[in-house]
Amino acid sequence: MTVPLDIDGPAAPPRSNGELAFSEPWESRAFGMAVSLSEAGAFTWPVFQAALIARIGAWETTAARNEPYDYYQLWLAALEDVLAAVGAVSAGEIAARVQALEQRPHGHDHRDDHDH
Amino acid sequence: MTTSGSAERISPALRTEALEQLLTERGLIDPTAMNEIISDYETNVGPLNGAKVVAKAWTDPQYRRRLLEDGTAAIKELGFSGRQGEHIVAVENTATTHNVVVCTLCSCYPWPVLGLPPSWYKDPAYRSRIVREPRTVLAEMGLELADEVQIIVRDSTSEVRWLVLPERPAGTEHLSEKDLVPLVTRDAMVGVAKVEAP
Repeated sequence: MTVPLDIDGPAAPPRSNGELAFSEPWESRAFGMAVSLSEAGAFTWPVFQAALIARIGAWETTAARNEPYDYYQLWLAALEDVLAAVGAVSAGEIAARVQALEQRPHGHDHRDDHDH
Repeated sequence: MTTSGSAERISPALRTEALEQLLTERGLIDPTAMNEIISDYETNVGPLNGAKVVAKAWTDPQYRRRLLEDGTAAIKELGFSGRQGEHIVAVENTATTHNVVVCTLCSCYPWPVLGLPPSWYKDPAYRSRIVREPRTVLAEMGLELADEVQIIVRDSTSEVRWLVLPERPAGTEHLSEKDLVPLVTRDAMVGVAKVEAP
């Protein structure tokens, strides 16, 4: 596919070193989980990397031209794929927990941010 | 992926939170250790490490030789090692040869010397186009190379993480290693820019 380089948008090449590693807190949590789990031996890094490559490849063959590319969404999906494959956490368990979290009282600050 | 997934339609922040709770409850992650990993990449591990490697290579011919022979070992001499740094290969840019780095399949990158990759490095447009039309893409990114300069596109994998040793700019002969460090940019060490004299 031929796509123009994103000169002004979120993937724009900056001219300095000053880019934040993560644009949203959940991205850093998804990153940290994958690294921690591989170091704890839940899976090897090549296994995670293969899952990430598969997710990226699938996105690139199916995504609509105007759909934004969200790298950490694919990272998170790859992590879920690997955890399901090794039998650590299933998709159904995540869905059930999400549902429970959604039922928290409105106004509850539901992001347990990375400072704690 | 987008096809089967009700999961993908749930906000990623919520899915991440759910997953982290489940993993913590099962003892599969240690939140304290995980916070340390994250803050390390947010604040410590970044292109400054690579800049120190480059400045040393520019000022110490023996070190430069060691770096080009065995990148991982030479980088470790300066105290930089660890995750995604096991197989770093340094390649030298010259007046006639220009190396530029990509990971066509995902986002492989030498974390110990450059930190985590910037958005554009992970972007599908960069990853596909830099291979097919490197001269055009580099020009779009602000680096015009003469036609006679040979461009070599280096595709990173889990087996090889490339680090570009940029050309030392003319007019910096009087500068010390320490003074050269701040001139070296992340983009120059990926090969999408040159280092400019101050």
